[in-house]
Amino acid sequence: MTEHTQHDHDRSECRRLLSSLSDYVDGELDDALCRAIEAHMAECENCRIVVNTLTRTIELYHTAPAPDLPQDVRVRLYKTLKLEDFIASEPPDATEG
Amino acid sequence: MVFSMSTTAITNDEQDLIRRLQAGDQAAYAEMVERYAGRIYNLALRLMGDEAAAEDVLQETFLSAFRAIDRFEGRSQLGTWLYRIANNTALMQLRKKEPATFSLDSPLETEEGDEIPRQFFDFCCLPERDLLSDEARAEMRAAIDALPESLRVVFVLRDIEGLSTRETADALGLSVPAVKTRLMRARLALRERLSAYFARSAISSETGEPITPTT
Ligand SMILES: [Zn+2]
Repeated sequence: MTEHTQHDHDRSECRRLLSSLSDYVDGELDDALCRAIEAHMAECENCRIVVNTLTRTIELYHTAPAPDLPQDVRVRLYKTLKLEDFIASEPPDATEG
Repeated sequence: MVFSMSTTAITNDEQDLIRRLQAGDQAAYAEMVERYAGRIYNLALRLMGDEAAAEDVLQETFLSAFRAIDRFEGRSQLGTWLYRIANNTALMQLRKKEPATFSLDSPLETEEGDEIPRQFFDFCCLPERDLLSDEARAEMRAAIDALPESLRVVFVLRDIEGLSTRETADALGLSVPAVKTRLMRARLALRERLSAYFARSAISSETGEPITPTT
């Protein structure tokens, strides 16, 4: 689907910038390096895709719902900690998992 | 035990909870458990890879925290402190389980050049039902489990739990640059695997073929 024909010449630039992409998607790079990355991305489809999919990967993980603490695990935890008296206030939907 | 300074301010609410914990208030103990048990369990699950081991880590983390709460100086957030205890507990148990293969001092297992991208399938614009399918979720979990432990813990705290780089460094006793390097490797490795998965799934949804399992 993706062609990688005409920009194969500057793969060294892709590699040079690679270690900064993680900081770039976090917005933690200085302006000069940001501009260098953006200038490179304007000409390099592969790096554009890497940045887009890197961002999307982080987003997918960050927004995936965390499973609730299973109720049986929760009950045993409170018992182990001798806090059984406080277990009454259980969340209504903690049965999943 | 001394914990390094966190840049994040501790709220009044949390200061009050810590004060009550240190005064031995049982209700405060229960409140701390209620507030953090879910997150600690999820961290433990991802570190240990199995439910029974994760439950051990969960229980041991709070038992240790209760024993050590008098010495908690409030210089990092309570959650960061608990993550740190949980991580140490998990590492100790992993080492017990596989003493020959697991070492705290083991270098990062990725080799130079491992992180160079090879997959250039732009899955960003796939429909939500593909990105968020049960199968995609299972692939995401498998991808995390396949990361070396040293990378996995950084990714879980920073990108899943949403700690800052500084907080992650505090929780793991690492430098900020070390956190950034590991995070970068983890992210690129996960991106690589998800790209390959979504490329396969896009092809199979066009042809109606089932997805070839990952090797
Ligand atoms: Zn490039």
